[in-house]
Amino acid sequence: MTAPAFDAARARADFPILATEVRGKPLTYLDNAATGQKPQVLIDAVERYYRAENSNIHRGVHYLSEQATDAYEAARAKVAQFIGIADQDEIIFTRGTTESINLVAHGFIETVFQAGDEILISHMEHHANIVPWQIAAEKTGAILKVVPVDDRGVLDMAAFEQMLSAKTKLVAITHISNALGTINPVEEIIEKAHAIDVPVLIDGAQSTPHMAVDVAALGCDFFVFSGHKVFGPTGIGVLWGKREWLERFPPYQSGGDMIEKVDFDGTTYKGIPGKFEAGTPHIEGVVGLAVAIDYLMGLDRKGALLHEAALLKAATEQLSAIDGLRIIGTSPHKASVISFLINDIHPHDIGTFLDADGVAIRAGHHCTQPLLKRFGVPATARASFAFYNDFDDVDRLVKAVQKMQKFFG
Amino acid sequence: MSDELHDLYQSIILDHNKRPRHYGALEDSTHTAEGYNPLCGDKINVHVILRGETVESIQFEAACCAICKASASMMTEALLGQTIENSQHAHARVSELLNADKDTSADISEEGELAALAGVKKFPARIKCATLPWHTFESALKNPVG
Repeated sequence: MTAPAFDAARARADFPILATEVRGKPLTYLDNAATGQKPQVLIDAVERYYRAENSNIHRGVHYLSEQATDAYEAARAKVAQFIGIADQDEIIFTRGTTESINLVAHGFIETVFQAGDEILISHMEHHANIVPWQIAAEKTGAILKVVPVDDRGVLDMAAFEQMLSAKTKLVAITHISNALGTINPVEEIIEKAHAIDVPVLIDGAQSTPHMAVDVAALGCDFFVFSGHKVFGPTGIGVLWGKREWLERFPPYQSGGDMIEKVDFDGTTYKGIPGKFEAGTPHIEGVVGLAVAIDYLMGLDRKGALLHEAALLKAATEQLSAIDGLRIIGTSPHKASVISFLINDIHPHDIGTFLDADGVAIRAGHHCTQPLLKRFGVPATARASFAFYNDFDDVDRLVKAVQKMQKFFG
Repeated sequence: MSDELHDLYQSIILDHNKRPRHYGALEDSTHTAEGYNPLCGDKINVHVILRGETVESIQFEAACCAICKASASMMTEALLGQTIENSQHAHARVSELLNADKDTSADISEEGELAALAGVKKFPARIKCATLPWHTFESALKNPVG
């Protein structure tokens, strides 16, 4: 017997924005790689938090503060469970993937990198996983090395092996490319790096929305992702790092809540995770993130992934049939992301034209300028699907693109 | 197709996009500048030959959207042979055309082809596309070659 197909219609009904209209047309939301939409349970939870639960954490002895502190720490446990981590103290709340990577970069600048050390990233990284390492290299004299990708957008693993050496002090690589959808062989990357004791950071911003990620099984040293891309609130993100690394790193920001004892003669800090969470945190963001994660974990995630693969296949086939349309990123291992160009129509014009039909896509460089330069294009149009998208969305995308192609043709 | 979209991609805009006027490098240019919109990656180079206070020749090269390219193309037509002072007036008028808070429909007829840019103001995300060539021209005036 085969398992019942994923019920996208049911999931779709959980997201009120998907039933709205934009510019007089039903919303076709295909910008999920930029941010995910929010389920009603999350909207309710954040509303409830401010209506009935709001209080600061780790301070008051009063009822609400205790409740808020409990909810905040329960969320940490939920996040740990979400990515398969046993030790919840290794979960640090940040503002997002970008801040998570910056925190790790700061730790490496302060405790690891020396002149001549090498940092290995890939050509398909988001700017968030490029610029912090460029700055780290500038500050310490370390050297940033970039693993190339081939014409399909597949990482050159032979080059990776050649570039990986005793000089390498960190490999920082994306799990899934936000611009192309390429799924990288992170297991193999981690295994090869660990074979010569090189730590690995995995950018999970694009993988966590699509698939269940068991970070403990992956065995990397750092894993980072954003709340808003897993259908949670904006402004909240996660850094998971192995305890020995996090304990070794100095505080990233300092002030209230991260201290043990403050004296003008000297201050001592909390242990992890508190050491990295200075100031009043984004409490409703954390509470909302836990609810979003709970929602995701309640879904048939394997079924959702298969559903997304079917959407990707249908959209790829139908778009490819359009005269002059070229897909950038054709890895055999791909998440439901399609970057495309049509003849010499600029992606900005594609975006505006599709928007008039209620189809929301991203047009631009996707914060991956070096990658697009490698493909010789300044920008692409990108449609990215989530589990709540359906074949009607594919249909509306394809029809809107056909209409546009005729118009500019 | 919506009316607003139709106003944005008027036939004049599409024509300038397909057959941009004064397109390409300019030998002996006296002033030049590159304009770049980091938001979308639009890139444009404006080359000018100034003789005294007059724009004797103007050319552009671009990797950009239809709105940006059409605006650049129409700009070269509007500015060719003009004094610097007149070119600055033209820039000011285009800025007014693109100002969403201003109703410019009354005096639009005086602008000739440039009036086609008025359709852009209903698309706030695209206004920078239309203004980039003009800002780049201003930069070129301040940037003598060599």
